[in-house]
Amino acid sequence: MKRTFTFTFFVLVTLGLLAYALYQGLVVAPTEATMGDVQRIFYYHLPHAWVAFLLFFTNFLASIWYLVRRTGRADALALASAEVGVVFCTVVLVTGPLWARPVWGIWWTWDARLTSTLVLWLIYVSYLVLRRFATGAQTQVLAAALAIFGFVDVPIVYLSIRYFRTQHPQPVIAGGEGSGLDPRMWSAVLWNLAGFLSFALLLIWLRYRLALAENAVEEAHADRALGPEAETRAAKPEARGAAPEVGNKPR
Amino acid sequence: MTVMAVARRTLAKDLRLEWRAKDAVNSMLFFALLVVVIFSFSFDPTAEESRRIAGGLVWVAFLFAAVVALNQTWARELRNQVLDAYRVSPAPAVSLFLAKAVGNFILVSVLEALMTPLFIVFYNLRSVGPVYQLLVIAVLGTWALVVNGTFFAAISIRTRSREIMLPLILFPISIPALLAMVDATTSVLTGEASPRFWMQLLAVYDLVFTTVCLALFDTVINAE
Repeated sequence: MKRTFTFTFFVLVTLGLLAYALYQGLVVAPTEATMGDVQRIFYYHLPHAWVAFLLFFTNFLASIWYLVRRTGRADALALASAEVGVVFCTVVLVTGPLWARPVWGIWWTWDARLTSTLVLWLIYVSYLVLRRFATGAQTQVLAAALAIFGFVDVPIVYLSIRYFRTQHPQPVIAGGEGSGLDPRMWSAVLWNLAGFLSFALLLIWLRYRLALAENAVEEAHADRALGPEAETRAAKPEARGAAPEVGNKPR
Repeated sequence: MTVMAVARRTLAKDLRLEWRAKDAVNSMLFFALLVVVIFSFSFDPTAEESRRIAGGLVWVAFLFAAVVALNQTWARELRNQVLDAYRVSPAPAVSLFLAKAVGNFILVSVLEALMTPLFIVFYNLRSVGPVYQLLVIAVLGTWALVVNGTFFAAISIRTRSREIMLPLILFPISIPALLAMVDATTSVLTGEASPRFWMQLLAVYDLVFTTVCLALFDTVINAE
């Protein structure tokens, strides 16, 4: 009951934030001097990128948490944040070319930021593919290991690709001299960031609960398959029972 | 026995098996040969052009061929539950990883040594920059491919579609290393730029991922 209330409240807040952010982005924020109205895609592009990076970082932390504690909750959080992160990263990769075409005259260029975002996307898609194809309880450990590899790779990817020429604008926010946004643009960015962050959290919450439910169903099936005598030793999910359990203790 | 002693024995065993059967080397060599020939048909470059694209061709061919060998790394240990026996033995898991990684490094190096003359012949290659730099790049680059490849092969062997899984998880992570190898090789071959940055990047990549592999291998091999 309490959970339903929290959920409804959360949904209403998210909807409100998104609606207000839409108003801010399309009406309140002034039209950009050289690019015109196309620039308004910025209010979606940038918040999505930030949220995606935040979620990938969450995935990294949750994976470490899983390897240390071996709790299903940590793994569910890692899975949820990676999935939602990939969705947000996809939005970044779609809105980017839509904006680049009228402004730069091209859809895509192998520039530092574009390429590293694409590589980031590839890494986390491969993480999701691994989760899909791995079987049994080992999935979680393997996925957590891959998540750590992926996250460690990010700075190296960025360093290597920065060595190419850069077409993407330097950071407009806190980027140095001549950079900066109109205060009204700022508020549009922040409201959209708040709206989409809230939306992402909502999705993660749902996905997290779903993952926990999936785990519970799987465990119930495993217990049932083991038969009635298994319930007395319910702590052992090992179906074959032949191999002794080694190194599976949480450290 | 110490970590190194176990690693040495395991490596010796693997190399002896490979020497007698030559499974990995033969399939890898033939595969790389096919890639070279097919690339050569598809691009048909002049000497000047081939210098520019050779870095990419060589490393893509080696990468694909290395995957063939990497996929066989653990397959042998699954038969007769050798891997399970290893896990219950007191031998450190890290030595097993080191032995496998070094074994793969030797295999891929042999492949590179045998394939390089072919590349030179087919693509009419002549390096403008100093050749010893290519050797350093080859060592750093091969280790970069092999160390993560060995680790990810241990992951992919436990999934449903074993052989297909390895490139799917290995390639995205290896993109910066591949970029560094290709660009370093191209800058040496054309003599137009210094490969310094890329060689440093490769060294950092090797160092970082060797550390991560050694740290996480025990966890992955004991995953149930």
